Amino acid sequence: MKYGSAIIGTGIAAFFALLAAGLAKDELFASHMGILVIVLIGAVVVLMRQTSFTPQPAVDMSAYMDGPIRYGVIATVFWCVVGLLVGVVIALQLAYPDLNVEPFLSFGRVRPLHTSAVVFAFGGNALIATSFYVVQRTSRARLFGGDLAWFVFWGYQLFIVMAATGYLLGITQGREYAEPEWYVDLWLTIVWVCYLIVFLGTILRRKEPHIYVANWFYLSFIVTVAMLHIVNNLAVPVSITGSKSYSAFAGVQDALTQWWYGHNAVGFFLTAGFLGMMYYFVPKQANRPVYSYRLSIIHFWALIFLYIWAGPHHLHYTALPDWAQTLGMVFSIMLWMPSWGGMINGLMTLSGAWDKIRTDPIIRMMVAAIAFYGMSTFEGPMMSIKAVNSLSHYTDWTIGHVHSGALGWVGMITFGAVYFLVPKLWNRERLYSVRMVTWHFWFATLGLVVYAAVMWVSGIQQGLMWREYDQQGFLVYSFAETVEAMHLYYVVRALGGALYLIGGLIMAWNVTMTILGYQRDEQEIGGAVPAPQAAE
Amino acid sequence: MGILDKHAILERNATLLLIGSFLVVTVGGIVEIAPLFYLENTIEKVEGMRPYSPLELAGRNIYIREGCYACHSQMIRPFRDEVERYGHYSLAAESMYDHPFQWGSKRTGPDLARVGNRYSNEWHVQHLTEPRDVVPESMMPSYAFLKSKPLPVKDFATHLKANAAVGVPYSQDMIDNADADLRAQADPTVDTSGIEGRYPKARIGDFDGNPQAITEMDALVAYLQMLGTLVDFKTYDEAGSDR
Amino acid sequence: MEYQQLRTFADSWGLLAMTLFFVGTLIFAFRPGSRKSADEAAQIPLKDD
Repeated sequence: MKYGSAIIGTGIAAFFALLAAGLAKDELFASHMGILVIVLIGAVVVLMRQTSFTPQPAVDMSAYMDGPIRYGVIATVFWCVVGLLVGVVIALQLAYPDLNVEPFLSFGRVRPLHTSAVVFAFGGNALIATSFYVVQRTSRARLFGGDLAWFVFWGYQLFIVMAATGYLLGITQGREYAEPEWYVDLWLTIVWVCYLIVFLGTILRRKEPHIYVANWFYLSFIVTVAMLHIVNNLAVPVSITGSKSYSAFAGVQDALTQWWYGHNAVGFFLTAGFLGMMYYFVPKQANRPVYSYRLSIIHFWALIFLYIWAGPHHLHYTALPDWAQTLGMVFSIMLWMPSWGGMINGLMTLSGAWDKIRTDPIIRMMVAAIAFYGMSTFEGPMMSIKAVNSLSHYTDWTIGHVHSGALGWVGMITFGAVYFLVPKLWNRERLYSVRMVTWHFWFATLGLVVYAAVMWVSGIQQGLMWREYDQQGFLVYSFAETVEAMHLYYVVRALGGALYLIGGLIMAWNVTMTILGYQRDEQEIGGAVPAPQAAE
Repeated sequence: MGILDKHAILERNATLLLIGSFLVVTVGGIVEIAPLFYLENTIEKVEGMRPYSPLELAGRNIYIREGCYACHSQMIRPFRDEVERYGHYSLAAESMYDHPFQWGSKRTGPDLARVGNRYSNEWHVQHLTEPRDVVPESMMPSYAFLKSKPLPVKDFATHLKANAAVGVPYSQDMIDNADADLRAQADPTVDTSGIEGRYPKARIGDFDGNPQAITEMDALVAYLQMLGTLVDFKTYDEAGSDR
Repeated sequence: MEYQQLRTFADSWGLLAMTLFFVGTLIFAFRPGSRKSADEAAQIPLKDD
């Protein structure tokens, strides 16, 4: 029976979810389990409608397994639009607080929805899909574990849905970027271990003698995120049928554990994983090998060693002991070097083919991504210097920095990979429209530059206003006055985000039309070469 | 060539690559985090710290549920402007019973580490109900719904037990009286001698302006009103706590 | 546990270990004959789809 084990497994899970809802110790847990029951029963219904009892044709074990990757690319595009849209909404809530709809859609609950949607839903799906694609092509082997890859995909979507609905209900651990409560964390742990098994298993059955460097980055991303996730989410639940848990650590230890996690969510989720993407898709799209493979080896070891130390720079001048702050600062500054090593390696891959930036908008997107990577990995070490941090911390400067990395680096490199993958995965000759990639590029770049610039100005201004003294030695501004000064910036910031969102919608349209098999009638980029004119 | 030939092992063996990279990424965390649990001067010796009373803990859980940490820090840095604006800089000891910590990372609104006892209960209720009535520039959402949500007073001991399991020194006496203390702190008509003994400096009374019911607003305001008020800075030895 | 002990350990043996790790990475990457295997590996993505 097709999907037999999936139907039975999901059905049993739905039964236990119903049981948990009935035995719930608090109403939030009951609601959350109710949502889970609905999702799982919906999944069972969909599976049953598609099942059949005719014998299935044998799977060709020599072919690549691209089903979960196709779904992953669609999920990436979908969550991209959702995450960006929620981002624009909360940006508008800061500019116009009447847009808060309490209790479910107030800023405090929607903000983690935005961060998780872009980091884990958009970024995570992009990483899972591209890693499955890259590891098969560079190992010349089919994904290991058969349908386990499907479990990873759907299990991860379930994690996203449970996390997102939990935030809106008010179920949160109150740890930034690690908000999901204990039972959702446990589920993610199971999914993540399966992900590791599929990925590592595929490498182990490879037909290439070498393990290509992109896989090193993906592998270290998977392993490190597992470690960070488990340690940072250690907690004691109040009841096994209750939503609330209390962190295993307290105060200063809890703070450093959290930012060791938080910074390396950036370092390994948003950097190492996406560097794996860079090391495959940039050479592929440019049709040239990576500039220096040996530099990539140094890049890898230096980056993963140094990144893990950088967490304390989120806690400068706090009650964290000074020695830990100093260590965090020193390692953050050192991190500049491998980061730029990687940037140079990515950019120089194009050496000898620079004209492609003009003629190939996908390459242009990738180059912009690497350039923004270079910018934010310069800005980051600078902001980790304690004197700079004393001004930038607690202000919008940090928000601007994060977005130049997230929108510039993570977003752009993913868009490049998506545009590369879609025609390949659906066997289309080319994208629906290559020119629309150019439109996407300019909307995204403009939106991002507006966003980052506005946040620099608002952040530095507010930081300076907080510490401004008059000649008599009194603080010049009340806190409320510094808030009022932010209003215009917050309006413009929302505008920048909206521009970036328009770019995302253009991508969604382009990808959809490509999948459906349409081709837009358009001139090639670069145009016709003008015929030489005879001299007068 | 000996050793140099062995390069291929690492470059070609996935399991070794896995273990190697895992070892490399563990170093930083071990060196930075582990000593915080063992170095004696990580947390200052202070007088006055006690676990949260049940009502305060319930309020703290609402603070976390609503994501207040997204806009409010609870960590005053040792700068002149921050100390003048918010009060004495925060000590590690002041969050030693915080599971999880709520230091925050962004000040869209002001720091709250010492907001306790700064404003009246009425001010807090009014501000949480309609922030812009009190602070016209504010961009805070309204939390008026907290006033109409009754706080469930049932089995609160399980929360104290979970905290005790992660190291908060809740005594058996505190755990046994959890529900009674929760009720007593928000209702000054009942006998409050027990809670005063178990939780010194606990602020007792009706917080939300509605003495008939114990609401989530009572709990949240009780939490806000105790923030930063416990440590006795008259007895705090700053030089002796140098880290 | 004393801060001073840890600090002394860190700026002697700790520093040495990190330096060795870094030098080791360099030697590993630039060992004789590494260019050939690196070039081979670099071609992997371009071979086929």
